[in-house]
Amino acid sequence: MESHLNLDAAFSALADATRRAILARLASGEATVNELAEPFEMTQPAISQHLKVLEDAGLVTHRVDGTRRPRRLAKSGIAAMDQWLEMLRKALETNYDRLDALLAGIQEKKPSKGGKR
Amino acid sequence: MSKMTLKTEGDTHIIVTRRFAASPEAVYRAHTEPELIQKWLLGPQGWTMPVCINEAKPGGKIHYEWRNAKGEGFHITGEYVELEPNRRLVHVERMFLPDPTPENHVETRFDADSTGTLMTLRMTLPDAQTRAAMLATGMERGMEASYVRLEGIL
Repeated sequence: MESHLNLDAAFSALADATRRAILARLASGEATVNELAEPFEMTQPAISQHLKVLEDAGLVTHRVDGTRRPRRLAKSGIAAMDQWLEMLRKALETNYDRLDALLAGIQEKKPSKGGKR
Repeated sequence: MSKMTLKTEGDTHIIVTRRFAASPEAVYRAHTEPELIQKWLLGPQGWTMPVCINEAKPGGKIHYEWRNAKGEGFHITGEYVELEPNRRLVHVERMFLPDPTPENHVETRFDADSTGTLMTLRMTLPDAQTRAAMLATGMERGMEASYVRLEGIL
C-alpha cells in the first residue's frame, strides 16, 4: 500500500497516546497486528482501527508476506519518532546544562546550607 | 568532555550518561537537595517546580510537581529504595498524566572520573510496551514545539 502523508491526519493520529506507543513499538522493528495486540492488551479490532488511522495519516505502512501483513514505520513515521526522541533528549540536555551552571556555583561557594529564600 | 548519551538497552531499559565538571558529592547533592533540584530539574523553558519533596533516605518520599505559565501541570511521585551517599541512588517513580504510569525503576550512579563525575542513569520499565509509551509521552511536554518542527520535515 502506498502511503502519502496527510498533515492534519498525522497530527490527530499523533494526539493519541496508544497510537504514539504503537509508533514507538514499530520504531524497534516491524510487527503484525497480533504481535501488537498482545503487549498492548487490546483486541485485534481495536489495534487494527488505530493502525488504520496511522496508515491513513501516512505514518505507517504494511507489506504482504503470505497471509501476514507486517506493519512498519513509513518515512514520515520515522521522522515523527526521531522528533520525539529529540524532544526528550533536548529536555534532558536543557536540564543538565542548567545543572552545569548550578554545579559551578556549588563548587565555588563550597557547601553552604543557608541558601533559603 | 563528551555530552549526554541516551540509548535503549534490551527490551526494558533506557540508559542516559552525562559528564559533569564537578565532584560526585556536588552532583549527588544536586539530585537530593530540594532547593537545588528546583533550580535545574525543569525540562523545557517556561516550566517551574513549585512542589519538590525529596527525602534522601531508604523509603523516603519523592514528589515533584511542575507548572507552566498557562497553568498546565503534572507531577511524579516515588520512593527511595537504596542510597549510597555521593555514589548511587535507587528509586522508583511514576508520572501522573493524570493517571499514573507504570513504575519506572531508576538507578543513578555518580562515578568520579578525570573530568569530575560520570553520571549514569539506568531506567528499567516493566515491559517493552511501557518503555515505548514512556519514550512517547516523555516528549508530550514538547509536543507543541515538536509539531511545529514536524511540519518542517513532513
